[in-house]
Amino acid sequence: MALKLSTNARITWCPGCPNGAILVAFRQAVEELVEQGKVRLENIVALSGIGCHGKITDYLNLNSFTSLHGRVIPTMTGVKCANPDLLVIGFSGDGDSFSEGLDHLLHAARRNSDIKLFLHNNQIFALTTGQVTALSPKGMKGKSTPLGSIEEPFDACSLVKQAGATFVARAYAGDIVKTKEVMLAAMTHKGFALVEIIQPCITFFDTRDYWQEQIKAGKVPLGIIHQETKPTFEEFL
Amino acid sequence: MEDSYGKVFTIGIGGAAGDGVREAGTTIGALLAALGYEIFSSFTYPSLIRGGHNFARVTFSKEKLASDHEKLDVLIALNAETVEIHRGELHDNVVVIDEPLVLMLEATKSLNAPAIARSSVALGATCYLLDLPIEKMLEILKRVFQGKNLEANIQLAGVGYDRLKTLNFRHTKKIEPGEGRKELVDGNTAFARGLLAAGLDFYIAYPMTPATSILHFLAMQQKTGKVKVIQPESELSVINLALGMSYAGQRVAIGSASGGFALMQEAFSFAGGAELPLVVAVSQRQAPATGVPTYSSQADLRFVIHAGHGEFPRIVIAPGDAEEAFQVGARALNLAWQYQLPVIVLLDKIVSEHSQTAVLDVSQIKVERGERIIPGTPEKIIKVTSYEHDENGISTEDPAAIKAMINKRFAKAETIRESLTGQETIKVYGDLTSENIIIFWGSTKGPVFEAVKYLDKPVKLVQVLWLEPFDSRKLAALLKNAKKIINIEANHNGQMAALVREKTGITVTDSILRYDSRPFSGAVLTEKLKTLLN
Repeated sequence: MALKLSTNARITWCPGCPNGAILVAFRQAVEELVEQGKVRLENIVALSGIGCHGKITDYLNLNSFTSLHGRVIPTMTGVKCANPDLLVIGFSGDGDSFSEGLDHLLHAARRNSDIKLFLHNNQIFALTTGQVTALSPKGMKGKSTPLGSIEEPFDACSLVKQAGATFVARAYAGDIVKTKEVMLAAMTHKGFALVEIIQPCITFFDTRDYWQEQIKAGKVPLGIIHQETKPTFEEFL
Repeated sequence: MEDSYGKVFTIGIGGAAGDGVREAGTTIGALLAALGYEIFSSFTYPSLIRGGHNFARVTFSKEKLASDHEKLDVLIALNAETVEIHRGELHDNVVVIDEPLVLMLEATKSLNAPAIARSSVALGATCYLLDLPIEKMLEILKRVFQGKNLEANIQLAGVGYDRLKTLNFRHTKKIEPGEGRKELVDGNTAFARGLLAAGLDFYIAYPMTPATSILHFLAMQQKTGKVKVIQPESELSVINLALGMSYAGQRVAIGSASGGFALMQEAFSFAGGAELPLVVAVSQRQAPATGVPTYSSQADLRFVIHAGHGEFPRIVIAPGDAEEAFQVGARALNLAWQYQLPVIVLLDKIVSEHSQTAVLDVSQIKVERGERIIPGTPEKIIKVTSYEHDENGISTEDPAAIKAMINKRFAKAETIRESLTGQETIKVYGDLTSENIIIFWGSTKGPVFEAVKYLDKPVKLVQVLWLEPFDSRKLAALLKNAKKIINIEANHNGQMAALVREKTGITVTDSILRYDSRPFSGAVLTEKLKTLLN
């Protein structure tokens, strides 16, 4: 039985954008979970923030909530508190969770809220046509930093782990099967899960060759980086 | 002048922060409520934890009181400064209970009790002075202290009582008690109890004076298992958490001072656009910015009726006392879920924190849940988005679809407007045939009610409860044949007067405005009204 997980909305990402690969990986992960009877379809809620990633909720025939820029995380915790039977998954961007609203991310990790955050990390504000974010590399030339960024970026995984996340993983959007597997591991983890998905922006900051070389050379750890078991915020509530 | 206030008695208690001024006021208030008096009790304090000057004022009478009275019949001075500060507020026959009279510190030292317990000496002395039963006071002290220095406080109250008994010192002014059956309650607690009565599931807030005591009260109510309370990292988190809860099917309310609500604007607009039900308590304090944190204001009327970017319907109701705060709390929750929109309950420091005798009748409250499909329903997909969207919740930039959605939301506003005749949008009191009208909203109700008790001319009183949608038709009919319309509110710009003109075309003849963060005094208002009405 194939689930109908697509909608009639026209996909408006740039042709070839790795966001499409993330969408495919997620639909496959949902299909597996539902078919294996691990979750009921109506109990899945997909949320997103604002940015290129945020369009994903329009393309999913699932319960969804497209939040405000930087505010997807508290909304996710709200949904989970309201109904602990729901599987709460949020999509966010590097601008949407690390530039705007970083406090929400760190606090949600600290309190081990039982929500799963899939971070589309393209290291740039793409929907606003190319400015630096808090995860952009130092020296990056964007439209607001024509002379090169003078700021050091955060390391997403280590920051969120430090804040108390009980699941931290990394995937590369170019590998759909492995991305799906990491997503499944996060979705079946009890507690706060972050999956950083490296998602090169092919229009404003094309890092495909760079990341593929780095991954081939074994310089970028992929898969589950950290996992531990702890009671969740919602269990205490 | 003195005679006209003969039926009202006011006790003031002053000291530094940390002297137990609030507790002493609460104890006297509870005693008088138990004896059947009508009470209005206020507490003023600067924004600090130790030192400064705290002042509790307990006014009581046989008849209902809407506000406290400035002139004092008894002043309990826990420090010498108190007498200096309040010298201008003393009635001619005032009794000052201070260190020289009752030797509070000496008594506490002899019992090895902490200095804070000295107020119990004054409380005992007050009992003898006013011929109130000391046993009842001791019962209340047992409730207030619950073991902590209880023995010392009880003994000290006895010392104070005996001291005045030895002097055979009784106050010349006697006040008969009222009918009783009422409780002494502050507006924030009453509002929170209204929410609970209407089936509140979650309350979420970040602390900010003067809304904080809603958070404190409801946090304690978690013990009943009926409500859950969360204090997250910021006001932005508060409202976005609430939107997630509302989407997932819980009845949720949030609360803050006006400044905290200012931080929530984008998400408030989202609630309006996405038609997510939500109750927001906004308690005004003196702004701009951090302003004067522990003092009052009515300068946020315009802010809340226009809050959030863009155009979307909302309801704004401003209760004027504790009983109205209770009813409006329940009504707000029902209206938000019935019409699927954000509802603001506009309070202020005075409604929020001052206490009065009231009847909060839970049996009058109905729970109206409206109809919402929530995630988790088989065969249903529920999509909510902050983008403009079509009827399936998919984002759209199509001009026809955008216009259709805005029309849909404002068609709902029209339905609400049509239902206003069934709502208590505007209350009218006093002489309904009078051509002299006093118009007011929110906590100004209290001092206006006290002021008109002492006027010799009949007046019609018009209280606007619903600020949005505005009941223009009803108000215009009420103001139509007026000779004088006197507007009273606590802001600089006369926001209500301007709103009345905008909505009805009627211009008020006079405005009495106060914007120094302090409450209106009924007695001062009486004098101003007398001048304007002559």
